[in-house]
Amino acid sequence: MANLMSGARMLLECLAREGVDCFFGYPGGVTIPLYDAVYDHHIRHILVRHEENAAFAASGFARSTGRVGVCCATSGPGATNLVTGLTDSMMDSIPIVAITGQVHSKLIGSDAFQEADTFGITRSCTKHNYLVKDIAELPQVVHEAFYIAASGRPGPVLVDITKDVFQGQAHYAPVSSIHLPGYKVNTEGHTGQIRRAAQMIWDAERPLVYAGGGIVSAGAAPELLELVELVDLPVVCTLMGLGGLSGSHPNFISMPGMHGSYASNMAMTGCDLMIAVGVRFDDRVTGRLSAFAPHAKVIHIDIDPAEIGKNRAPDLPIVGDAKRVLGRVVKVLADLESEMAVRNTEGRKAWWRQIRAWKEEHPLKPALSVDEIKPQHVMFEVDRISNGEAIVASDVGQHQMWTAQFVRFNHPRRWLTSGGLGSMGFGVPAAMGAQVANPGQLVFALVGDGGFQMSLPELSTIAANKLPVKIVILNNGYLGMVRQWQELFFNDRKSAVQLECFPDAEKLAAAYGIAGRTIERPEDLRPALEAAVREPGPYLLNVRVSPYENVYPMVPAGAAINEMVLAPPTPVAVPE
Amino acid sequence: MIQLISLLVENKPGALMRITGLLSSRGYNIESLTVARTLDPTLSRMTIVVDVDPNLRSQVIKQMNKLINVLQATDFTETPSVAREMALLRVRATMETRTAILKESEIFGARVVDSSVEGFAIEATGAPEKLDEFIDVMRSYGEIEVTRSGLIAVSLEAKRLRLSPPIPTATTTAGREPARAGSRPAAPAPGPSRSRDARAPASPQRSEQRTSQTETE
Repeated sequence: MANLMSGARMLLECLAREGVDCFFGYPGGVTIPLYDAVYDHHIRHILVRHEENAAFAASGFARSTGRVGVCCATSGPGATNLVTGLTDSMMDSIPIVAITGQVHSKLIGSDAFQEADTFGITRSCTKHNYLVKDIAELPQVVHEAFYIAASGRPGPVLVDITKDVFQGQAHYAPVSSIHLPGYKVNTEGHTGQIRRAAQMIWDAERPLVYAGGGIVSAGAAPELLELVELVDLPVVCTLMGLGGLSGSHPNFISMPGMHGSYASNMAMTGCDLMIAVGVRFDDRVTGRLSAFAPHAKVIHIDIDPAEIGKNRAPDLPIVGDAKRVLGRVVKVLADLESEMAVRNTEGRKAWWRQIRAWKEEHPLKPALSVDEIKPQHVMFEVDRISNGEAIVASDVGQHQMWTAQFVRFNHPRRWLTSGGLGSMGFGVPAAMGAQVANPGQLVFALVGDGGFQMSLPELSTIAANKLPVKIVILNNGYLGMVRQWQELFFNDRKSAVQLECFPDAEKLAAAYGIAGRTIERPEDLRPALEAAVREPGPYLLNVRVSPYENVYPMVPAGAAINEMVLAPPTPVAVPE
Repeated sequence: MIQLISLLVENKPGALMRITGLLSSRGYNIESLTVARTLDPTLSRMTIVVDVDPNLRSQVIKQMNKLINVLQATDFTETPSVAREMALLRVRATMETRTAILKESEIFGARVVDSSVEGFAIEATGAPEKLDEFIDVMRSYGEIEVTRSGLIAVSLEAKRLRLSPPIPTATTTAGREPARAGSRPAAPAPGPSRSRDARAPASPQRSEQRTSQTETE
């Protein structure tokens, strides 16, 4: 009877078998039995200050490592607070497993205290979810949850567990296999299609790689690099794909889309072959879909068959894991090299000349000023310090776009951002999760003053766990991106975007026992950032940046991506 | 445009919610939906009629196939299949109209399942358009009440059912080392990226190939 154990203990054993060494959570009524088991278990629990941030921290953990992140919340309000974080992971295909407590199985449906239909509520924001009412099912379900979260197109999986399952006792026999007959993952890619892809790549005159988050999640960066160097292909990386090809690589153009560079968007519009890998032709990338890449044949490689043809019908679809498929494409390309590489050499050279000309014509250049700190200047300095190596988590808005434009990422999994959902309050907890997973690494949280205040309580978690995260607030006193749209498209009627009464950052940091400073002079920027990085513990650097800076280039909603607004329109006098 | 979908679904809690939830969250309108157990009591067969833009038809099927509990989603719209619907009607009949109603029912192959001084209960099956006509005819005799079952369909081609084989779970013992998320099989993982490959289900060739009993019997 040695292996008779409680459901709570059994859950932790299953987590340990899945390689989990830490998780983020917040206890509550029905999870007290679980936390009783956590008390003397070797798995580390990190107590956050709000459940939403547990989900974001798990996401930061997963994004920065590729391992499954785990978060935990109690029933009712605990579970509903996870919803934003789950949706975020769903949109960005991030593998996390959320454990929630549920009221006693006999009370389900009785509107019991802290009861919520977590299973129903999270149906649409998870890849799959479970409600466990029987302890006998628990181990099986936990292993299924991890498998589903991490395999195929990754995503969040929620396991809702009733209080009586945590409390119940049963014999624990480790599960040796799981069976999900309806869950099909096609990783290899069709051999004939791969051969055709290689031919199309050699045949193209103006090829372009459009690389997305799938490169990062499949760990396909080495294969992408081989592909790019074998054929000398230009590459654009989406917001989610940054770092998929090193930001310092000569073949990397930059990010495409709404706030992408001129060269990227012109290359997207001008290419005759688009090699789309791990992307979903998101509206923020394509602009007006009917005018997107009008001359291009499209090869679309994705693990999720439902992405293929969802927005743009490809000329050559390949369903498979980006790492496997690109590896095989490279092999075929190499086989064909001697026979086909000589084709179109002139055309390819001209294409590269054109791309370089576009880059020179309108480069992404940070605005600098001697009177005030421009937000782009902050990014420029962060980039200088990071040199492509640091982990950078951002929030959502203007600063997110500037980070994507100006901070290089030389490796995948260094750039953590809420891409699809665009949820504010993501930056600080994601950086926290990444720092837990990567203790020796320099981790920045580049956040706006709006998003920072959404995740403010986590300063406490950061201080308590001595996580040396460098929080840099780009403080313009506005919800900048909304204000930018109000300026440009709503006659400059600034409605509910001014964030007054930002706290004194130094005092705020001191209140949590961490170092902090506010700066507003450009000459202070570099020394202040360097001091923050030198500080062994966490640091809160509040940078007062110019309040009215906007993000350019910008593709207005509904326009084609080559119809960019490159600079601020000349000011129009508004009658008083 | 009307799309006819047949689903083979694991009979698990929440399976129906996942399917209807997916349809509504993607903005597809459900015209009718029927569910019942198959010969294998762990599986259910669903027939769903949705109103969807023809360009989105394959997207609907792909999204359905992504659901873990869906073993197979098939578009019957343009494949050889038989589709039928059933209607139950309560028809008020006077002494003068009773014979005529019986005659009409006979023409449409409908059966009287209850008869009283007030009228009849009639059961009719057929293609939806035929039922529409029958209902129209019956309405001409006065007040009626109708319940329709929604369409059910069966394929005329034996379809191979491709199922994924069982997957071995982690072999690492609890807490021995902070194993990688994907360290399940013995394969050494040089980086986090390998995890997905190592854990991927077997190639399609090795998948279980079986013809569903529910399909052929």
